[in-house]
Amino acid sequence: MVVGFARFWWDFLVGDTPELFVAAVVILGVVAVIRLGAHENALAVAALPLLAVAALGVSLSRARRR
Amino acid sequence: MAAVFLASAVEMVEALTIVVAVGHTEGWRPALRGSFVAVLTLAALVAVVGPALTKVPLDALRLVVGGVLLIFGLQWLRKAILRASGLLAKHDEDAIYQRTVEKIDADAAARQNHRVAFVLAFKGVFLEGLEVVIIVLTLGASARRLGLASLSALAALLIVGGVGIVVARQLSKVPENAMKMTVGVLLVSYGTFFSGEGLKIRWPGDDAALVVLVAFFAVVTWLFVTWVRPSRDVVVSS
Repeated sequence: MVVGFARFWWDFLVGDTPELFVAAVVILGVVAVIRLGAHENALAVAALPLLAVAALGVSLSRARRR
Repeated sequence: MAAVFLASAVEMVEALTIVVAVGHTEGWRPALRGSFVAVLTLAALVAVVGPALTKVPLDALRLVVGGVLLIFGLQWLRKAILRASGLLAKHDEDAIYQRTVEKIDADAAARQNHRVAFVLAFKGVFLEGLEVVIIVLTLGASARRLGLASLSALAALLIVGGVGIVVARQLSKVPENAMKMTVGVLLVSYGTFFSGEGLKIRWPGDDAALVVLVAFFAVVTWLFVTWVRPSRDVVVSS
C-alpha cells in the first residue's frame, strides 16, 4: 500500500516528464531567493511566469526533437 | 472554481469510459458496485484530509499547493500542446474502451463472481477520482473555499454522469484535448499565482493578476502549438 501510494505520487508529479518537476522546484527556489533574499518584488513577479514558460519551452523542444 | 470543474470533468470522462466498458461487457451490477465503493473510499479520504488542510499555515500551504499545481499544469499543457500540434496521438476514448473490454475477455477464465469487473471499475474510478480529490483539496484549500471546490467537482460528476448515461459509448465525441488545454492553462496560472503568494510576492492588482496570468499562458500556449507543429506529418504514440 505504501509502495502504491509512493508510486501514485511519483507518476502524478514526475511521470514521463522529470524535467518539468525539476524545473518547477528550481523555479520556486530561484524566485524564493529573488523575493525573500533580495527583497525584489517586481523581478519576482516577472520571473515566476517567464521561467515557467521557459521550462515548458525546453520540455516541448525536447519532445519535438525526439 | 472553473479549473476544478473542468479538471474534474476530464478525469471523470476517463473513469466513465472504463465503467461503461465494464458495464457493457460484464453487466452493470459489478461495474456500479465497484464505482460506488471507489466513490465511498474517496469521500472518506476527503473527510479525513480536508479539515486537516485548513490548519496548515496559509503561506506554506499556498507554496506547496502552488508548486504541485504548477508541475501538474505544465504536464497537462505540454501533453495538450503536443496533441494539438499533431506531434502526439490524440487521447482515444474508443481505444481505451476496446482495451478494457479485451482485458476483461482475457481474464474471463479466471474470474469468479464478476470480481474482475468489480476491481476494474473500482480501480478506474478510484485512480481518476484520486486526481480529482487532489485538485479539489489543493485548489479549494488554497482559496479557503473547500466547500465551493467540492460543489464544482460534484457538478462535474453529475454532468459527466448524466452525459455518460445518454451517450454511453460515444465518449470519443467529447473534445477532451481542448478541455485538457484549458485546464492546463488554468492550473499553471493558479500554480504560478499561489506559489507566488506563498513566497510573499505582492501581485499587481492582487487577485486580478490571476486573469492576466490566464491570458498570458493562453497566448503562450497558442504560440507553442504553432511553434511545435511539424512541417510534415510526424505522429508518435502517447
